[in-house]
Amino acid sequence: MLAFTIRRLSQSAVVLFVMSIIVFAGVFAIGNPVDILINPEADIAEQEETMRRLGLDKPIWVQYGAFMSNALQGDLGNSFVHNVPALEIIVARLPATLELAFLAVGFAIILGVPLGMIAGLKEDSWIGKAIMTGSILGFSLPTFWVGLIFIMLFSVSLGWLPASGRGDTVDVLGIPVSFLTWDGISHLFLPALNLALFKISLVIRLARSGTKEVLLQDYIKFARAKGLSNYRIIGVHVLKNILIPVITVLGLELGNVIAFAVVTETVFAWPGIGKLLIDSIANLDRPVVVAYLLMTVTMFILINFVVDILYSILDPRVRLGGSN
Amino acid sequence: MTSVTVKDNGVTPFRRFVSDFAERKLAVVGFFVFIGLVFAAVFAPWITPQNPYDLTQIDFMDGRLAPGSVGETLTYWLGTDDQGRDLLSGIFYGLRTSLSVGAISTVIALFLGGSLGLIGAYFGGKVDTIIMRIADLQLSFPAILIALILVSALGQGIDKIIISLVAVQWAYYARTIRSTALVERRKEYMEAATCLAIDHKRIVFKHLMPNCTPPLIVVGTVQVAHAISLEATLSFLGIGVPITEPSLGLLIKNGFDYMLSGDYWVSFFPGIALLITIVSINLVGDRLRDVLNPRLQK
Repeated sequence: MLAFTIRRLSQSAVVLFVMSIIVFAGVFAIGNPVDILINPEADIAEQEETMRRLGLDKPIWVQYGAFMSNALQGDLGNSFVHNVPALEIIVARLPATLELAFLAVGFAIILGVPLGMIAGLKEDSWIGKAIMTGSILGFSLPTFWVGLIFIMLFSVSLGWLPASGRGDTVDVLGIPVSFLTWDGISHLFLPALNLALFKISLVIRLARSGTKEVLLQDYIKFARAKGLSNYRIIGVHVLKNILIPVITVLGLELGNVIAFAVVTETVFAWPGIGKLLIDSIANLDRPVVVAYLLMTVTMFILINFVVDILYSILDPRVRLGGSN
Repeated sequence: MTSVTVKDNGVTPFRRFVSDFAERKLAVVGFFVFIGLVFAAVFAPWITPQNPYDLTQIDFMDGRLAPGSVGETLTYWLGTDDQGRDLLSGIFYGLRTSLSVGAISTVIALFLGGSLGLIGAYFGGKVDTIIMRIADLQLSFPAILIALILVSALGQGIDKIIISLVAVQWAYYARTIRSTALVERRKEYMEAATCLAIDHKRIVFKHLMPNCTPPLIVVGTVQVAHAISLEATLSFLGIGVPITEPSLGLLIKNGFDYMLSGDYWVSFFPGIALLITIVSINLVGDRLRDVLNPRLQK
């Protein structure tokens, strides 16, 4: 077990190192931030002074070395635009994204599980087919497109819900949250539903195949033989048994939701880290882009690492066998 | 499994494939809609009422006219955008960019991923492990994140978008073809080919590859839709294709700002075009999966 953990950990470290080089070297090549940050009227001496101050005059590997040694101490450089630490900006924006992501996952469970169960129970009826067609659409339509339709329908035509921003927030333990005010909830609803659509489709599929499988089990036959009501069989015995895979998969998908929040946040002008990333790319704010990408990549590597370790505890074949 | 089985009544495999495919009417509709879209994209310069990127043809005063408005020289059936460009023409030109980016990136990814997967499956051992490790690693990150990293790394431009889309997709093809090839490799015809001491290149590309292609075609069709959708998303975020060659995603982004003021059409119609494209490809891909799936074959 220890050997497996160490091997897996060193793999993660290598991946993180490679990713950091790709991200840093790549972002370096986007463009010259000097052009954007320095007043074009400034003379050469002034430009050179600014470059020196930002460390942009040094060779790229020196910049990378300085960047890595700082990064390991939690310092990812100052934003060129805001002139405060990049990590600080991201941490300040993170709660908005997490709020959106958790609500989206909540929607996926609340809407996806019942719909999937209906589709599994009434597979051949029109309603089952309609749900499955809907889930195919949820998989294939681009998130931003659905977001636009939401805005067009619910904000512009009907005027029911606001189209952008976060609304009134309340501080909980010093962190601003939207879901405790009516205004905040009305702002949160559309983006969260938009972000959830893909996951709802996924949960519908999982819940449907789970329901079909569970219905054939002996304990369901036994429950029926005992004379339990249909509601109790479906609401307790079937539901409990299909929830395990659904929750496992959604836990794994949380990182994915955060990555996809980039799109939803841009559509709904939600002030989270995804919107921050797109704005920073547009402004050539290199440290913020690097910090965002590194943070997200690290998060994924961590999630994958934890999942692998958990699997190897549950299933010893994973750590004994190789890749196949 | 595929090409060699000719039925007694003289029906060629291709005919049988076509009649199988046509059993699902919706898939046929999807196919013809898609052909129509390709036609519109290829012949856009000849069939559109206006070249939206020729400044002499557009009238700035015609900006943001509602659908059906009559301009000086032509009727704008789908309205105009903020620059006074006819939206219908803009959509046809946008389709050109969207479809070609989707198709080119899919073809490159298919060849790259397909070859790597075949090589891995045929030679096995270290080569296989390395290729599959990289593929697994990449698949553990969501496509949008990989694309964001690459686009912010490479910068903008059609070629950069294509590189990003190839990088996102190749692993699917490598995985798909590898799993088929591992099964095929153990069959007798492969053993025979090996015994005849034919060189590796010939075995891999002449014997192994043709028998591994059906699943690859299915994955490829669905992936074209994914590629188009991902390109549209990146362009909508403003980090995709350049404004000189707008795709449907970029047209939607351009109209987005006017949506809240009620000028819905600038975004809406390109969005509908994108929707029709993606759904029609998926309908065809779905049917292909059913027809080409050996397990479902009669």
